[in-house]
Amino acid sequence: MPLTDENELRLDGNALAGELGRVFAVDVTAADGRCGHCGRVAPLGAQHLYRYPSAPGAVVRCSACGSMLFVLVDLPDGVRMTIGSLSWLRLAPGG
Amino acid sequence: MAGTALLGRLTWRLGTVVALRDETSTVRTIVLDVPEWPGHRPGQHVDVRLTAEDGYQAERSYSIASPPGREQVELTVERLPDGEVSSYLVGELREGDQFELRGPIGGYFVWNAGDEAPLLLVAGGSGVVPLMCMVRHRAAVGARTPTRLLYSARTLDDLIYRTELEQLAQGDRSPEVVPTLTGVTPPGWTGLARRIDERMLADVAWPAAERPAIFVCGPTALVESVARDLVDLGHEPGRVKTERFGPTGGT
Repeated sequence: MPLTDENELRLDGNALAGELGRVFAVDVTAADGRCGHCGRVAPLGAQHLYRYPSAPGAVVRCSACGSMLFVLVDLPDGVRMTIGSLSWLRLAPGG
Repeated sequence: MAGTALLGRLTWRLGTVVALRDETSTVRTIVLDVPEWPGHRPGQHVDVRLTAEDGYQAERSYSIASPPGREQVELTVERLPDGEVSSYLVGELREGDQFELRGPIGGYFVWNAGDEAPLLLVAGGSGVVPLMCMVRHRAAVGARTPTRLLYSARTLDDLIYRTELEQLAQGDRSPEVVPTLTGVTPPGWTGLARRIDERMLADVAWPAAERPAIFVCGPTALVESVARDLVDLGHEPGRVKTERFGPTGGT
């Protein structure tokens, strides 16, 4: 696939809902998360998702400062979530 | 109890194709029977997983087109150049075939019919699919929410759901549908004929002061330029919800 701009591959965190469902028992794409780097608070579904066709996992970056919030990688022994600058997640009541 | 919810969320279900409907020359709607479908909210998607005979698996996300409350689940899929999953779904799938899906998923890009704010929908190409689910749901529940759909496609023939949208737009309190064509226009076309830009959004969208709920879906480049323009027009970034499809070609 010829690419002139890697930003063309940018998606929304919302598209990661299925994979996140393997880690969390509830849907966290509507949950607010705070970027520990710049302090922005936004739903995970609104953050930037980078999932390159050849890559083994997905990288979620803060949509304000680009800092890496977390990485989700599929490994032979399970799915691994590596936390980067995500400082907290807040689930709404009943969410 | 939490375990039950967990299993429900993670389960891959086997869907059976009960009907196929061509929408355009490259877009097809797949009508599925999904056992124990838990119901969905307008805007949600499913993950589809195909497994080849040699065990190779490919997964993609597709928006749900049918409104909640129907017995069957409909996905509308566009065939992408070199798309290994979409080529199969649009080109080779037959009635009676089965494939795995997981969902419904995604809690962010979701419209709540109880929200009384005006609803602005902006679509590029097959980005209209989750927005159509919202429009259909709005009609099904008799919601009066003022609704506008700005829909960019290459040509008139590339407008997905064209007939249904024309019908839906005729009633009282019906959604206003504003197509814009970026390619060849038919003779006598009096509608918009350019890419979505800030001036077009200023003309079609409600003023920011009316605080519309906004959903934008389509190829990444279109979504980002529309979202930027809307924020420049004064709309709160938090009310501009986006769903990027990635680099899926121009619209």
